[in-house]
Order: sequence, then C-alpha cells, then structure tokens
Amino acid sequence: MTDLWAGFAEAARLLITLDPDLTAIALRSLQVTLCALVIACAIALPLAAFLSVKRFRWRRAVIALLNALMGLPPVVVGLVVYVLLSRSGPLGVLGLLFTPSAMIIAQVIIIVPLIASVAHQSLRELWAEYHDLLISLNTTQCQRIVALLWDGRRALLTAALAGFGRGIGEVGAIMIVGGNIDNVTRVMTTAIALETGKGNFALALGLGFVLIALAILVNLAIHWLSRTETGRQW
Amino acid sequence: MVGALLPLTVRGAQVRRRGKRLIGPIDLVLDGQGVTIVIGPNGAGKSTLLQMLHGINRMSHGTLNWAVPADEARRRQAFVFQNPVMLRRSVQDNLAYPLRLNGASRSAARAAAQTWCTRIGLETAQTRAAMVLSRGEKQKLALARALITTPDLLFLDEPSASLDGGATRDIETLLKQAVADGTRVIMATHDMGQARRLARDVIFLRGGLIHETGTAPDFFDAPRTPEARAFLAGDIVE
Repeated sequence: MTDLWAGFAEAARLLITLDPDLTAIALRSLQVTLCALVIACAIALPLAAFLSVKRFRWRRAVIALLNALMGLPPVVVGLVVYVLLSRSGPLGVLGLLFTPSAMIIAQVIIIVPLIASVAHQSLRELWAEYHDLLISLNTTQCQRIVALLWDGRRALLTAALAGFGRGIGEVGAIMIVGGNIDNVTRVMTTAIALETGKGNFALALGLGFVLIALAILVNLAIHWLSRTETGRQW
Repeated sequence: MVGALLPLTVRGAQVRRRGKRLIGPIDLVLDGQGVTIVIGPNGAGKSTLLQMLHGINRMSHGTLNWAVPADEARRRQAFVFQNPVMLRRSVQDNLAYPLRLNGASRSAARAAAQTWCTRIGLETAQTRAAMVLSRGEKQKLALARALITTPDLLFLDEPSASLDGGATRDIETLLKQAVADGTRVIMATHDMGQARRLARDVIFLRGGLIHETGTAPDFFDAPRTPEARAFLAGDIVE
C-alpha cells in the first residue's frame, strides 16, 4: 500500500515538474503507438469491411484466423520481427532494428487482427442492415465498403481505440525490437519494466499511473474530436 | 423512357432456397404505364417476386429479359422496402446518396436533396439523423430516395404497411406524381383500398404462383377464380 501511495506521489511529482525525461518518453510512446494505429487502421478497417461484404470460399477460415490472432503473443511477434530485421535477416539491409520504426512494425502486426476483428463484428451487423438497399442501389463492391466504413465510423472508433489500448500498453515485442535504448527507443512500458527491474517501484508505479492517464486522455480526445456524443445532429 | 426499358419478359422463373420452392414457375410480361398491384395472402411470394424482378433475389431457373441490357435496366429502376432502410446519415445525405453514386457533384446532389426534403415535408429535419425519424417519415424518405434518380421502374414492397392514414396519403400522392411523370410502378400491398385507388392492373399470387392477372376493374369487379373471389371477400385464403 505504501508503494502505491509513493507511486501516486511520484506520478504527481513527474507531472507537476514536467520532468523532461518523462515528457520525452511519453511523447515517444504516443508517436510510436499513434503511427502504428494509423497504419493498422488503414489495413484492418478495409479488410474488415471487405470480409463483411464479400463472400468467398475461405472467408470463414480467414475470420476465424483473425479472431485467433487477436491473442497473438507479443513476445513471439517481437522475436519474429527481430529475426526479420536483424542484420542477417531478410530485411536487415533496411537497418531498422532498435529504431522506433521496428517498434511500429511490431505494434502494427499485434493490433491489426484486434482492430479487424472488432471492426468486423460491427460492420457485419451494419451490412446485414444495408445489404438489400446497397444491392438495390446497384453499388459496386468498393462503394459498399466505403459506405460501411463511413456509416460505421462510430463503431470503428471503438475498434481503433481497442487497438490503441493494446499498442500503448505493449511491452514484450517493443522491448525486443526496440532494445529500450535511452533517448531512442525507450517508451513508457519499457521504462516501467526497467525501473521495476532496478527496484524503483515508486518511479515504476508513477510512470504506470501517467501511462494510464495518457491512455484515458487520448481516448477522450478522440471521442471529443470525432463528436460521438452529439445526439441527433450527424 | 419506359418504352425503352420495358417490356420485361419473364419465362419459367423460379426462386428456390435450400431445396424449397419459394415462387415459380412464373411467366409474366410487364409493359405499358401506370401501377401494377401485386396482391395475395401472406406467404404467397409477393416480396420474393418483386425482389426477383429487381435482381435482389436470384432466380434458380428461368429467364428474365429486359428491352435493354441488364446492367442498364438495373440502373434505371429502384426499390422501396417494407421496412425502410435508412443509411446512418442525415436526411439530406440519405437523399443525396443515390445521386452521388450516379456521379452527381456534391452541390448538385445537395440541391436536389433539399428540393426533395421540401417536397416530402422534411425541410426542417434535413440535418437530423434519418434513424430518428418516425416510421411514416422514414418511409416517405425511402420513397423520395428511390424517386430522386427519376427511375423508369419503381418496385414497392408494401410501402404503407402499418402507417397511419396521413402518411399513407402522402405516399400515394408521391406515387401518383411519379406515375404522372412517367415512372412505371410495381407494388405489393395488403391494403385492398389502396390497391383499388392505385391499380391499373393486378397480379394475384397464391402459393408462389400467379393465380390470376387482369386489369383492375376486371379483377376487382369480376374475379375469375374462386380463390380471388374469396380473397377479395376477405375470406382466409392459403
């Protein structure tokens, strides 16, 4: 309990003094996760809409696989990305290992199945509602996907935020591919892991509380910016 | 315009699902102008027939030939469902959507949508979400969305089912105007009063088959089959 209070106090101190290290780490966390989120949404949302409107032979298998991949172990993803990006790996020539780009790649792989699965659940229901109308309007496959993505944007926001939550709290994969290098690839979660390892529980807890506050703030900001709660005006 | 799209010739058309025959075999020629009313008891296949003609329900057997290529025929028709499907957008955006699909500019689509909003009495609700409208307003909006592209052929599946008198009158007024403007209408209904008010000719369905067809005066005043007579008399027909 003492550790918890010390953690609160440390979090308050870090925030009040606008600790430069904390600011840099927090901004790097946001930068990595938001980049990964944008890329993952660009892949996962159209994929979810496509799986909703298109009937093809292996569709159920693809959906089942996506659902299964939601539980993809981040450490394994980190390891695979590490092998691919290591100097002797097939993408080693790009020199991305131990950079924020490698962390973004790992996060994208981890959150794409999650966003696609959650988005697919929502879009499938919307497609059931729209099916006859959009066929009647003689829409193309592409127009149907666009209509679903646009009209389902509020539900898709939930999918994106779920992805953000998983990304910002992820530690295993980015520790492996990022290396937790100070001022380069250290982010909130890897810093927490480091401080915990050093026995600085108060600082680790303080960073943890700041991380939670950051995640809540980003969620609220996205809701506010996208005006999800404005009632009858669309 | 109608003459170019019609006649529609249907030969031996059947719709089957999981081995069960829903309708057919159907032989039918649709031509001319005005309103054709499709009537029949529940489960007779009225909705399935309309959806098959429109192309939402695929035929299992038979042929369906338009006077123009099938793609063009699809572009020149519209469908209004019994339960109005509203896009999760504003009233104005619902109206503009078919025009935007047809390549109209944003400003042209918006202007046409505003005109139609006024025409259907929803001018004060243009920016409201279509989902929050009353059922009667939704059905008027669905009809206006179908008519905004000035289709040559319009299918309606019981458009005024469970609507009050005022909303039904508004729907019929819009339909009569559309017919006067040259739109051919094929409509399923359970409302015999509405059928008598609107029909030029009638298709009576029973058990997934066309049981009787004829002009409205002939059908309503002198039905040829006992089943049609019983149906018009209000008896239970299966």
